[in-house]
Amino acid sequence: MSTTTDMDTLTQAARERLDQHAYETVQRHFHESTGCPFWLGKKSELNFDPLTEVKSYDDIKKFPLFEDEWLRGGPISRWVPKDMVDRPTYVFETGGTTGIPKSRMVIDDFRTDYELFSETLPDEYFPKGANWLMLGPSGPRRLRLAVEHLCQHRGGICFCIDLDPRWVVKLIKKGWMEHLDEYKKHCVDQAITVLTAGHDVKCLFATPKLLESLALGLEDRGTSIQEIGITGIFSGGTEFTPQWTRYAVEELLGGPPEEGGVYMTPTYGNTLMGLACSKPVTAETDYKIAYYAPQPRATTEVVSFDDYNTVVGYGETGRVKLTTLTKEFFVPGFMERDEGEREQPFDTYPWDGVSGVRPFHKFAKSTTVGVY
Amino acid sequence: MLNIPIIRWGKPYESMETEEVHHFSTGEPIAVVSQANGGLIRRDMKKSQSARDVLRDIPTGVLIDRIKKAGDLYDTATLPIGDGQQTPADFVHQQSATTGLPEHMCAANMKKNSFVLHNMDKILDALTRGLDLEILSRGYGIESRGVVVSYQAQAPALGAVLPSNSPGVHTLWLPVIPLQLGLVLKPGPQEPWTPYRMMAAFVEAGIPAEAFAMYPGGPDAGAAVLESCQRAMIFGGTATVEQYRGNPHVQAHGPGFSKILIGDDMVDRWEEFIDLIAESIYINSGRGCINCSGVWASRHTKEIAAALAERLGPIEAKPPTDPEAGLAAFTVEGMAVAVWNMIEADLKEEGVTDMTAPHGARLVEQERCAYLRPMVVHCESPENAIALKEYMFPFSTVVQCPENEMLKRIGPTLVCSGITENQQLIQALSDANHIDRLNIGQIPTSRLNWLQPHEGNIIDFLFRGRAYQIPEEQVAALSG
Repeated sequence: MSTTTDMDTLTQAARERLDQHAYETVQRHFHESTGCPFWLGKKSELNFDPLTEVKSYDDIKKFPLFEDEWLRGGPISRWVPKDMVDRPTYVFETGGTTGIPKSRMVIDDFRTDYELFSETLPDEYFPKGANWLMLGPSGPRRLRLAVEHLCQHRGGICFCIDLDPRWVVKLIKKGWMEHLDEYKKHCVDQAITVLTAGHDVKCLFATPKLLESLALGLEDRGTSIQEIGITGIFSGGTEFTPQWTRYAVEELLGGPPEEGGVYMTPTYGNTLMGLACSKPVTAETDYKIAYYAPQPRATTEVVSFDDYNTVVGYGETGRVKLTTLTKEFFVPGFMERDEGEREQPFDTYPWDGVSGVRPFHKFAKSTTVGVY
Repeated sequence: MLNIPIIRWGKPYESMETEEVHHFSTGEPIAVVSQANGGLIRRDMKKSQSARDVLRDIPTGVLIDRIKKAGDLYDTATLPIGDGQQTPADFVHQQSATTGLPEHMCAANMKKNSFVLHNMDKILDALTRGLDLEILSRGYGIESRGVVVSYQAQAPALGAVLPSNSPGVHTLWLPVIPLQLGLVLKPGPQEPWTPYRMMAAFVEAGIPAEAFAMYPGGPDAGAAVLESCQRAMIFGGTATVEQYRGNPHVQAHGPGFSKILIGDDMVDRWEEFIDLIAESIYINSGRGCINCSGVWASRHTKEIAAALAERLGPIEAKPPTDPEAGLAAFTVEGMAVAVWNMIEADLKEEGVTDMTAPHGARLVEQERCAYLRPMVVHCESPENAIALKEYMFPFSTVVQCPENEMLKRIGPTLVCSGITENQQLIQALSDANHIDRLNIGQIPTSRLNWLQPHEGNIIDFLFRGRAYQIPEEQVAALSG
């Protein structure tokens, strides 16, 4: 463990790196030769010049908060940086059950983010060369391709299922709970078919709800996640509470990794940013889950409910604010639909984290979380 | 402060997620209640057959005797709850403190539950229409008229998603244990008291703890109970009832919309009925589904409404410990105001009169809770929007409606008291499919005969009658 002085040094170095990265990112996105049409157009609406007045990460507060409504509708090409227009480009969508979905243009980010995430995975449980199963949303979702890339990056082949989250949301809104249940079974059946077909799948992405259904489905067939050969699970979502994690570890995965042989790592993120990783989650720490963004490519801050430019004290509760600073995408201050507590930096991630992530209390009643 | 765990087939389990239950008027924390996650429930339900098996090892007669003993314990004993102990007086105090129901009403509800426990044999006899309980236990047998019958349990356990606001509903699930089915309860967030005390009394009386599962928790827990129990009941509003309509696995108990209909042959004697109508509206602070929310007559309706308003209008909100307290508090922030706003909007309609208005403001807001004082609203026509409304306080409309139109207009009615001697009207009431419990004569809607099955007979819900043929010699053996 680092001493206070060591930690201060690490934190300071990370901060300097972030400041430099923020400066370079803003230079890119607002320079006529490299910026995208959207930001170059926005520039004239700003009451400051980003090229001369953003010198550090803190200066990003000068931008108005990012409105995710800007992501609805086209043309999608307005988000492509000028110097990347010839590159193969993806579009990933969020929402869209009704109306126009939010679209994010991506060139390399999902690959870079998941390669960085790959470095955090323990090889013992996520063996290089192992095959994966992606038990999550398909279609125009980042996860679909990102998990497949993660698997390929680690030398494996990724199996996928068909899962349309928009249909799931419609089923919930219509109150068609029997259909919802059948659809969940349909997804889990696809997974079990892959897992029992001799493909030597060892690693899995699954949402908490599907992981739970998969475990119960396997149990009904007289087997388990352990017995079927899964050793590493990557999962994510606000349902990842300490109680849910404890339940999953103790009752679905056969105990902690050293006993049950299955390692599960929670993550936090969305299409706008990369993946925030968690400190290892153990019984000794009461299954506390604290996420750390992949700085300097993205940051998470826990800010006051009353002033989104003021960070709350350590251990205090606030709303989660994301900032994305990559070569291809710039999101200054996006207010997530989540809240949580601000966490101290530590050796691996010498910058702030966020724990206890849950739906923002003002939206919680109207938000449908963890639908698949 | 008490710590109340989840119970997983008899075994306590402390969750990492907890909720504090507070005193509604002081804000003082009273208990910390473990919260179950849905997956845990779904997984446990795979073992529900064990609950039925362990109960089937005990003859129904023995179970009934133990339940009577549990009734004594429930009434008088100091019983374990979580990491503490609870006397009957503690129970009354705690239930009142978290639900807002006056203490003397909590004590009265305790007596109701106790009556059901002490009369379980008679109640089961009424519910089964005299069937030998051994037939339900074994699944088949010979009926008293010498015929082979079979009733097959449709689930090894009954799930129930319970409300916080009406402790009376617990009588509905009490007969499940002597029917040798396990109990899976999701207590109301403010009312963990009855399920836990009842379980403690049952276990102390010798019923195996493995027959019980208790899952306090949020909506996720409620959904998991409904999804994973093959038979479950839920208590909620009209939307809840609609959601589960036609679902054979779920029995949804919603608002009662209970009513008193006065026939033309009796309505000129209306003054004689004011006491029973007032009792039907006001008893138990008007919270029950069996409380009257509409009085229907063809004439004298203004006088009836005025007399009821005179009787109920002056009633004031009093502290829950006051033996004279007749009103329960609304303990959920903003709810009383929201209800009052809905009523106020309806009162603006022409032909609608708030007869209790002369008796002062109805909405009484206090620091941490609010009350709504009794309301009697006169409607000149069944067309008035408020005519068929029901609220969680002593509230009733008095609706002017020709007798021959009443049955077409009253809508779904849990309890209907028809005050009439007109045989034609009595027959029409008896034939009306939208009336559940029917009282003919001067009987308050709130006065239940426990030997008459309540809405949705639990036997019909939990058991399926079917053909069952066995060789003659086996029939003879069963008869012997």
